[in-house]
Amino acid sequence: MAIKNKKLNLKDKYQYLTRDMAWEPTYQKKEDIYPDEQFEGIKITDWSQWEDPFRLTMDAYWKYQAEKEKKLYAIFDAFAQNNGHQNISDARYVNALKLFLSGVSPLEYAAFQGYARVGRQFSGAGARVACQLQAIDELRHSQTQQHAMSHYNKHFNGLHDASHQHDRVWFLSVPKSFFDDARSAGPFEFLTAISFSFEYVLTNLLFVPFMSGAAYNGDMATVTFGFSAQSDEARHMTLGLEVIKFILEQHEDNVPIIQRWIDKWFWRGFRLLSLVGMMMDYMLPNKVMSWSEAWEVYYEQNGGALFKDLERYGIRPPKYQDVANAAKDHVSHQAWSTFYQYSQATNFHTWMPEEEEMAWLSEKYPETFDKYYRARFEHWDKEHKQGRRFYNNTLPQLCQVCQIPVMFTEKDDPTVFSHRQIKHEGERYHFCSDGCCDIFKNEPEKYIQAWLPVHQIYQGNCGGADVPTVVEKYYHINLGVDNLEYHGSPDHERWLDIKGLKPLKSSSAKKSAA
Amino acid sequence: MTIEIKTTSVEPIRNTYSAIARRFGDKPATRYQEASFDLEARANFHYRPLWDPKRTLNDASRTSIRMEDWYAVTDPRQFFYGAYVGNRAKMQEAAESNFAFCDKRNLLTRLPEKTQHQLLRLLVPLRHVELGANMNNSKIAGDAIATTVAQMHMFAATDRLGMGQYLSRIALLLDGSTGKALDESKTFWMDDELWQPMRKLVEDLLVIDDWFELTLVQNVLLDGLMYPLIYDHMDAWLGEQGAEDVSLLTEFQRDWYKESQRWTNSMIKTVGAENDGNREQLQRWVTQWEHRVYEALMPIAQATTGLDALDETRAELSVRLKKAGLESTGVQA
Ligand SMILES: [Fe+2]
Ligand SMILES: [Fe+2]
Ligand SMILES: [Zn+2]
Repeated sequence: MAIKNKKLNLKDKYQYLTRDMAWEPTYQKKEDIYPDEQFEGIKITDWSQWEDPFRLTMDAYWKYQAEKEKKLYAIFDAFAQNNGHQNISDARYVNALKLFLSGVSPLEYAAFQGYARVGRQFSGAGARVACQLQAIDELRHSQTQQHAMSHYNKHFNGLHDASHQHDRVWFLSVPKSFFDDARSAGPFEFLTAISFSFEYVLTNLLFVPFMSGAAYNGDMATVTFGFSAQSDEARHMTLGLEVIKFILEQHEDNVPIIQRWIDKWFWRGFRLLSLVGMMMDYMLPNKVMSWSEAWEVYYEQNGGALFKDLERYGIRPPKYQDVANAAKDHVSHQAWSTFYQYSQATNFHTWMPEEEEMAWLSEKYPETFDKYYRARFEHWDKEHKQGRRFYNNTLPQLCQVCQIPVMFTEKDDPTVFSHRQIKHEGERYHFCSDGCCDIFKNEPEKYIQAWLPVHQIYQGNCGGADVPTVVEKYYHINLGVDNLEYHGSPDHERWLDIKGLKPLKSSSAKKSAA
Repeated sequence: MTIEIKTTSVEPIRNTYSAIARRFGDKPATRYQEASFDLEARANFHYRPLWDPKRTLNDASRTSIRMEDWYAVTDPRQFFYGAYVGNRAKMQEAAESNFAFCDKRNLLTRLPEKTQHQLLRLLVPLRHVELGANMNNSKIAGDAIATTVAQMHMFAATDRLGMGQYLSRIALLLDGSTGKALDESKTFWMDDELWQPMRKLVEDLLVIDDWFELTLVQNVLLDGLMYPLIYDHMDAWLGEQGAEDVSLLTEFQRDWYKESQRWTNSMIKTVGAENDGNREQLQRWVTQWEHRVYEALMPIAQATTGLDALDETRAELSVRLKKAGLESTGVQA
């Protein structure tokens, strides 16, 4: 083969090393090999138009990832050996990790499963390879997170049974149903939901709060994971953008379908992020930035520019974006208030912010905190000091779509819940907002299937007739150990002991060991 | 002499996660254990998949194989993500230096035209088989539920992509990175009669629904006959044709196959031993597919090593199957 033609450029070479391995089948029908590509109504005229979001052959992948893993595990080892958990700002911080391990890490695993599936479903080989690499990255995230949290689990409560709780605990159906929704959808919706809306549009509102929160609060293990996952995330973001542009360019009939998915997944993502908002404003002893600031930078500014860019495809910004923007000054306070009164049934603790934290909240939320939330908090604080720590013993109304208690308020009036309800085939359904109500109306046959935790408790499907039994037996939340108020909890006692402030009471030491 | 540095030890509340403690007791667990057991969602799925409304997400009935606990299947290599990429990084380093050596010394381009042609016709088209294996394993990773099982298939999926890429690079070495040799090689895969039974087999595997049937046919039966035939027997035969240097470029595949038998053997043994129903089902699949795999490889064996070599690998496979309580339909062990 002496005659040399033109040497391949990088782009063509990568295509030879990926999509050229595939071929047009002749013994089986294409639609039998790829049966899931049609039913969503998306039209793909030419998969060869797919631009590879990144060009990583397997040998390069193994090499770079192995280098990252080596460094990461060296730090995990040193962290454990030096009892790095003692260097965090305050034990209250660990409650953010409890939320992370039970709410977020299981989504990494679900993402692994989802991407492995779409890494098979698409008939475009370039897209398959990109999805498969994301699948194995997400497996990495789920496993390194287990390892990063492993040492905390040994020294703090509430981290011990995350995936069991993810399937069962009332507030964890918020993240669980989010990913179930995406995974039960078709492959194009999955990618629009997760790669575009989640990994591209909203990713910084999930990762920056947790990872910078770790950095500001002396948590070496988590921050190291965050740094290590950054270059994975850069790939995931590029895939998200490539996917959306590709589908939009393929056929004009795709535009309204994609628009509907963007509306839906923006709203579902925004609702899911309420949990992150409260984590950021309330669970980090050393604050990074307020949720309101994060939303402004990462959504209003960055997202604004992105949707401006997508205008040329006929895409407008997500519906009810204005409601979400207005809610940035409320959601974290509303969520924390809700968790405060229901922490008899959570795997993490809640507490009332200290005076200087309230001052910070007043400063960051000048229009809303003092007016709507401070008085409530001061009242609860006073009640607690008089021996009447407030727990709400009546279970809340859940939203049929996002499954968060119906606790959000009208855009123009933060004293009125934005409760909505409709009748569908003789049954009544309730929602937290117009955003969730619209999502339901588009696919009622999907959302009527939801496993709503509060309803399931009332139907007797959660192993007990009263909340403490459900919490202990079905949720595996250790009563008086994992749940309730932070002050006086075994975590709090151990922390005071570690810091030499107060020796561990033997009774609580025993209790926490049980 | 070793110096022991004193470190403070702090009394932990517990030694590992509850799910791990339920399986292995409350004692410090390995990295493999904490990464590989009970990570997945198992109950209370919210919506039925639009792409398979008869079943739920993470539905155990995506295979007809029944296991009391799928976590009985474990990986003897103890690969979780970090251990996997660490191992493969070393393997790719060796492959890289072999490819660089062949390139620098022109070991492939100096081969006679006829031998180069043989490589493009008989070896490089296997990259298409690898692509099929990549797709099949990705499907299995998405269908199998237990992490121990799903992750082994995800690792296999990316391995197969990697090996397809190494085969492609053999052609790129031959054509000076123009892609011309890859085009030529692909015409054999599409049109040469020699490849059609294999291409038909691979396309047929792409429509298998039951993921355990698929792993058995792809990762045990097809690989079990193909890898020894190609990378041992045909490798020796290529040596006789003056192309012994190619051997340097397929070392990865030999090491890989040796290693992959560890988890595939362990998996079919565990699954077959679980109950009679499983063993009978596995046997039916072996009976249905093994001879087809053999027939798909026949033309390649005939054109190269002769059928004896294929029969020899078939005998090796039947020994492996026998250890799992299964009988090969061809040569008996
Ligand atoms: Fe991730
Ligand atoms: Fe990601
Ligand atoms: Zn809602």
